Amino acid sequence: MLAQLAQQTESFVRPAIDWHAVAPELTLLAVGALVTLLDIVFLERGRRFTSAVAAVGLLITMVPIVTLALDGNDRSLFSGAFVVDNYALVMKALFVLSAYVVVLLSANYVAEGDYWENEYYGLVLSSVLGMVLMASARDLITVFVALELLSIPAYMLASWRKRDLKSNEAGIKYYLMGVFASAILLYGMSLLYGSAGSTLLTDINSAVGASGAPSAVVVLGIVFVVVGFGFKVSAVPFHTWAPDTYEGAPTPVTAFLSVASKAAGFVALMNLLFVGFVERGDIYEPLLWVLAALSMTVGNLIALRQTNIVRMLAYSGVAQAGYMLAPLAVASSVPDTALSATVTYLVIYAAMNLGAFVVVMAVARKTRSAEISSFNGLFSYAPGLAVAMSLFLFALAGIPPFGGWFAKFRVMEAVIEAETTSGLVLGVVVAVNSVIALYYYARIGLGMWANDAPDGDLTPVRLPFSLASALILTGGVTLVFGVLPQLVGDLTQVSLLSGIGG
Amino acid sequence: MDFLNDWGLTLVTFLPLAGALVMMAIPKEEEKVLKQAALLTSLATLAAGIWLLVEFDYDRAGSLQYVVDKNWIEVIGSGYTLGLDGMSLPLLALTVLVMPLVFIYSWDHIPSPGNAKAFLALMLILETGMIGTFVAQDLILFFVFFEVVLLPMFFMIAVWGGEDRRYASLKFFLYTMFGSALMLLGFLALFFLSKDPVTGELLRTFDMRVLTDAAGAGIVRSSQLLIFGGMFLGFGVKVPLFPFHTWLPDAHTQAPTQGSVILAAVLLKLGTYGFIRIAIPMLPEAAEAWAPWIGLFAVIGIIYGALGCLAQTDMKRLIAFSSVAHMGFVMLGIATLTDFGINAAIFGMVAHGLITGMLFFIAGSVKERYHTLEIKRLGGMLLQAPRLGWILGFTSMASLGLPGLAGFWGEFPAILAAYQPANGIPEETFRGYMVVAAIGTVLAAGYLLWLLQRTAMGEPSEEFANDPHITDVNRFEWIAWSPILFLIVLFGVAPGLIFDVTDPAVVESLNNCLQLPDGCEGVAAATTAMFGG
Repeated sequence: MLAQLAQQTESFVRPAIDWHAVAPELTLLAVGALVTLLDIVFLERGRRFTSAVAAVGLLITMVPIVTLALDGNDRSLFSGAFVVDNYALVMKALFVLSAYVVVLLSANYVAEGDYWENEYYGLVLSSVLGMVLMASARDLITVFVALELLSIPAYMLASWRKRDLKSNEAGIKYYLMGVFASAILLYGMSLLYGSAGSTLLTDINSAVGASGAPSAVVVLGIVFVVVGFGFKVSAVPFHTWAPDTYEGAPTPVTAFLSVASKAAGFVALMNLLFVGFVERGDIYEPLLWVLAALSMTVGNLIALRQTNIVRMLAYSGVAQAGYMLAPLAVASSVPDTALSATVTYLVIYAAMNLGAFVVVMAVARKTRSAEISSFNGLFSYAPGLAVAMSLFLFALAGIPPFGGWFAKFRVMEAVIEAETTSGLVLGVVVAVNSVIALYYYARIGLGMWANDAPDGDLTPVRLPFSLASALILTGGVTLVFGVLPQLVGDLTQVSLLSGIGG
Repeated sequence: MDFLNDWGLTLVTFLPLAGALVMMAIPKEEEKVLKQAALLTSLATLAAGIWLLVEFDYDRAGSLQYVVDKNWIEVIGSGYTLGLDGMSLPLLALTVLVMPLVFIYSWDHIPSPGNAKAFLALMLILETGMIGTFVAQDLILFFVFFEVVLLPMFFMIAVWGGEDRRYASLKFFLYTMFGSALMLLGFLALFFLSKDPVTGELLRTFDMRVLTDAAGAGIVRSSQLLIFGGMFLGFGVKVPLFPFHTWLPDAHTQAPTQGSVILAAVLLKLGTYGFIRIAIPMLPEAAEAWAPWIGLFAVIGIIYGALGCLAQTDMKRLIAFSSVAHMGFVMLGIATLTDFGINAAIFGMVAHGLITGMLFFIAGSVKERYHTLEIKRLGGMLLQAPRLGWILGFTSMASLGLPGLAGFWGEFPAILAAYQPANGIPEETFRGYMVVAAIGTVLAAGYLLWLLQRTAMGEPSEEFANDPHITDVNRFEWIAWSPILFLIVLFGVAPGLIFDVTDPAVVESLNNCLQLPDGCEGVAAATTAMFGG
């Protein structure tokens, strides 16, 4: 028996691995291992270096991503389960750079809060590894492994302030909801696998994409997959975990969840949708239409009533997810425009939302509060921060010339280009929602500029170096993308259809 | 000359922004330097504007000049396209002229709570947005400039405004944003649906020149009507057309003087300009269908605004409502879709910009002296500050449309044009509008003369009788105001100065309308008959 097994093992031939293609993942893995080793070898003395090692490691990860982009060839490994194309590279860069900003945000926060540092960065890095892997995943198993790899560290990070009840609640809620979503997703995947007989997304596409009425199994499979990711991207009505988790989690982790983790959910959804069942618009389009319209409207309406800025950003994030879902609701008629619109939105959203969190953290260093009213009078004692926050808020609202307008424009472009009534109506929903959203963004702007500082306290805010650099990075990107949208347009002219011969 | 052709419009558009950036580097405490920098920037912009005006080829006022056409956002097919023709030239001139005057006025009138740096920098950014809107020849570029105007104005009202500034600024912001979001949808639909009239191929362009030539070819009527509806909301809110006008009285009343002046002089024109530059030439068929409705809203606005004025107790609010009425005349001229009416509308925009801008300057100065604008408490201005009183009298006369002053040439031809609208538009309806609008001018005379009587005439009220703060027009006010007063007379006496420039461009933009199956022959006839060719 054993001999037989041994013989089989010998006959195992390692598939050819393109080391260049997996270099970003390997680099991240190495950095993560290094951070853990530092902790084991140097114990407490290693604390001072971990954040720097993590940050530099993330920047080093950008090197293979850039060389792969310069090389320009699409690469496919493991019989098509792992693909490196422009889309994957743009998303990988987005994840790595967002994580870099999150590390910048965490440096002072984690050190001053006396939290475990090495483990913190190790978990952030492994979560990013999952996301980077997700960008290339074109196979059900790979998608699922990547999803768990990015989620499980995030559950722990959410409850990092372990002496705080709210943080514990955040972690537990996120964990339970996440596992529940995984279960639904897995069930959907199993149905798709059952009807296609393969885990490769391209095979699924050829099996379910055939014309004619779909079988009930395929319908259920697609619906469950979309719903499963609906949890991940916090679309209404699967959003209920988001506000509590965002409020309770440490603020840098909230920034990480609301940008990188949400983007990863979208990437997974887009991989499955565009490579796996793009022609099944009759099933997923009505579903996504409803999810998008609900997310925008409900997210915005509830955001109007928030008094805590992190909760407000959570609900605004729900609404923003609605805008990102909107192009996917017309994906079968204009697949390339829809994908490009959602990717554009993700890229710009990352810059502006992270930026807003940078300011929230900077202000909280002084006011020790996350109430919206604590932003009153910011302009009188920290004009730079007030201008930056206005930039991010009005970018989120979609006011030119800040980045957000182009993201919204691409979304509207996609739904109009479909030239269907439902697309047009969705466009009007987006337009009306931008106005609703403007109210709560502008109200904060009003408070910062036109109200008096609470208690007349006008001591300036001291900005640590890491926060200042994060602010310059995100602010610069938000502004440049708004004035010269062609830059982001070049990056996001991507397609996922080549893999399925579309 | 080459420099002007390639860079002239870019220069005049972005000079103010560059000035604002330079001001960022000047410390907040150096108020005098900041004011000098802002004034110098706006004067340089004025100089660049005058240079453009001088070198402008007036024989070809109908075609775009100084055209710049560069790539900007290739992924969506949008370019950095600028151009100036007879339609945008008067509005550009108005903008570059009014801004330095506002900065001069600001020399000793920085509203509470101070912070000259931010206040002046915001106004410079505003100037870039306004100029850009008038010279943009690409829909997306137009949209971006159109929106860039919002933020500075929002902050000007929110920070430097009156008691209710928070409410007023948010209302202003939300109203305009609502309109422009739907307008953007309209632009996108135009992009995807427009076809080349000759070859029938999809155009897929945001270039306003191309879309104007296509004139909605290949778009089915129902879509045209919807797209026009989106633009109607976007531009109509900005004008503001009844029933979207309710933000205006609040914004005007709460805004600081400078904000009110800019709002009245230039910002409202962005809406009417949008109608004559984009909505009507690009969708003439839909414009014809919408025209009776636009006319209806316009005359309701004329009467409603006038009645509103009669009911006001606050001088600034009264002037704000008079804006609603005056913009009603402009919209009535536009709704006729005739060369004559649209020329009148452009004249009306310039005249309203100068006259109402001036009235808000006066209101600001009155407020500064009396610390109130309540009409009941004012009185006897002619005795206490005779020059200020006379300027108020003169501007009121101009505003009510006294022949010989600029206001007349905006209103009278607009009413006249309603007698014979373009073919395909119900004549009887517009003749009805004409009568209503004429009644509106009587009401205008009523509320303005009544305002004058209550504020300027009679004896000063007891509480202000011996108030030493009530002084006559000071030096900065003279410098800021005299160019406006001069132009009100000049354009009143020689209206041809504007009509000669705008007419070729208007004819050019209406050409497409002239080609409609049964429509618009009337335009040519009306033009020849009334305007002398």
